[in-house]
Amino acid sequence: MPASKNVGIVIVSHSAKVAEGAADMVRQMVGDNVPLAAAGGNAEGGLGTDVAAIMAAIDKAWSEAGVAILVDLGGAETNSEMAVEMMPEERRERIVICNAPIVEGAVMAATEASGGSPLAVVQATAEELMSA
Amino acid sequence: MQEVTASALLTNKIGLHARPSVKLTQTAKRFGSRIEVATSAAGPWTDAKSPVKIMRVKAAKGEVLHFKASGEDASAALAALVDIVARKFDEE
Repeated sequence: MPASKNVGIVIVSHSAKVAEGAADMVRQMVGDNVPLAAAGGNAEGGLGTDVAAIMAAIDKAWSEAGVAILVDLGGAETNSEMAVEMMPEERRERIVICNAPIVEGAVMAATEASGGSPLAVVQATAEELMSA
Repeated sequence: MQEVTASALLTNKIGLHARPSVKLTQTAKRFGSRIEVATSAAGPWTDAKSPVKIMRVKAAKGEVLHFKASGEDASAALAALVDIVARKFDEE
């Protein structure tokens, strides 16, 4: 199955190490048939998030099936929202930000995506972690 | 539709933890049939294609995984699931 048929996963953390570490876990546990990209840290290399880096990650993980973004704290979410706003209009509808813990959410979303599930199901699986 | 059942003993060290859960759901998702898993033949049954629910089953080494499936490829699905458990999820 070509990777581009599966929903892509983007991990956005304030820390480059957290983002890369979560991506490592996804690759090892789920495999490489899901487009995956991580954006961590601000433009200066410190803790924070960077809209341009998030946009680049969305591009890297882009799939016609869409992209699910996992974020950590506050700014990661608002900057991800801004990055989505700045994407071409025809792509915006196919990008979602999941309300889920970043590491577990990334692994669960990628597991769902690896089976070819559509974007709404991938998001629902990540967000299922928040229930009971 | 006819339901088929199977079971397999968990022999890998860590049981149905994170990575095995992912592999089990990925295997189940290759099939169109409805597939459920339980640690007792009496249930409760869990959707084998739900990674979040399967991870919450928390079955340990020595427990038996019971499978039931219904659908056109139910038999093939259970054969594949029993096989991945028997292969210790290719982890050992």
